[in-house]
Amino acid sequence: MDARTESEPTPAKNRATVERKSERELVVTRTINGPARLVFEAWTKPELFKQWWVPKSFPMSLLSCEMDVRVGGKYHLVFGQGGAKAFEVYGKYIEVTPHSRLVWTNEEGDEGGAVTTATFEEKAGKTLLVLHDLYPSKEALDGAIASGATGGLPEQLEELDAFIAAQRAS
Amino acid sequence: MVKYLQTRLDASFAALADATRRGVLEQLGRSDATITDLAEKFHMTLAGMMKHVGVLEEAELVATEKVGRVRTCKLGAHRLEEETAWLESHRQLWDSRFEELDKVVEQLKRKEKIHGRKNRE
Repeated sequence: MDARTESEPTPAKNRATVERKSERELVVTRTINGPARLVFEAWTKPELFKQWWVPKSFPMSLLSCEMDVRVGGKYHLVFGQGGAKAFEVYGKYIEVTPHSRLVWTNEEGDEGGAVTTATFEEKAGKTLLVLHDLYPSKEALDGAIASGATGGLPEQLEELDAFIAAQRAS
Repeated sequence: MVKYLQTRLDASFAALADATRRGVLEQLGRSDATITDLAEKFHMTLAGMMKHVGVLEEAELVATEKVGRVRTCKLGAHRLEEETAWLESHRQLWDSRFEELDKVVEQLKRKEKIHGRKNRE
């Protein structure tokens, strides 16, 4: 392996931004230090996706992860807490453009969930990732906010909020 | 976000520009009330009061609930504060998630370096 001892140059604080762009839209952005094709790969191969979608520090895990990444293909994620099935999310891909664009539905809600568009824009070896959630109505997004659902991890996550707050405080 | 906030604030200010509507808010601060109660208290027609309540509802200053034939009004939740807190926790989730994604992409980069880039498709 590489014999050099110096660590990777520390990138400037790289924070995700989250904005409610309108009554029905939520946008998350972040730059990833790598080419779009690798970020896209990490997003579309289940064995890689599993490694990052649920951060290790979280009190839950991904029990199963099926992804058929092609137009019309379905995904199905099952989350567990303490080994038991806690909830699941599913939907289908409605647009798949390798290395640049991925659009999927979130069908777990009662009345149809958001449609998420992820774009991967490469610049000088880095990738600007933009995640755009379009909710069917203002009420749907308000409802998601009121329920505490967040980032594809629905409900019952007050516990999680508390957990994160505790981690940040320590 | 700024633009969206502005729109919301505009709606709030417009709603608060009217003396009757400010009175309604004051009243609802004391207790919930039906549209009929409010119409009587402010010497207005039912339709007139419904219009005012509609404007307040639009600005999310008031929430209404219809049970049977009676519509009850109460003060709206402080939506903006709630929303700001939620956006922050959402951002923290994504921060943690992206930190893990960084690691995965780092791994992939290293692998490519070692094996050399293969032609894809």
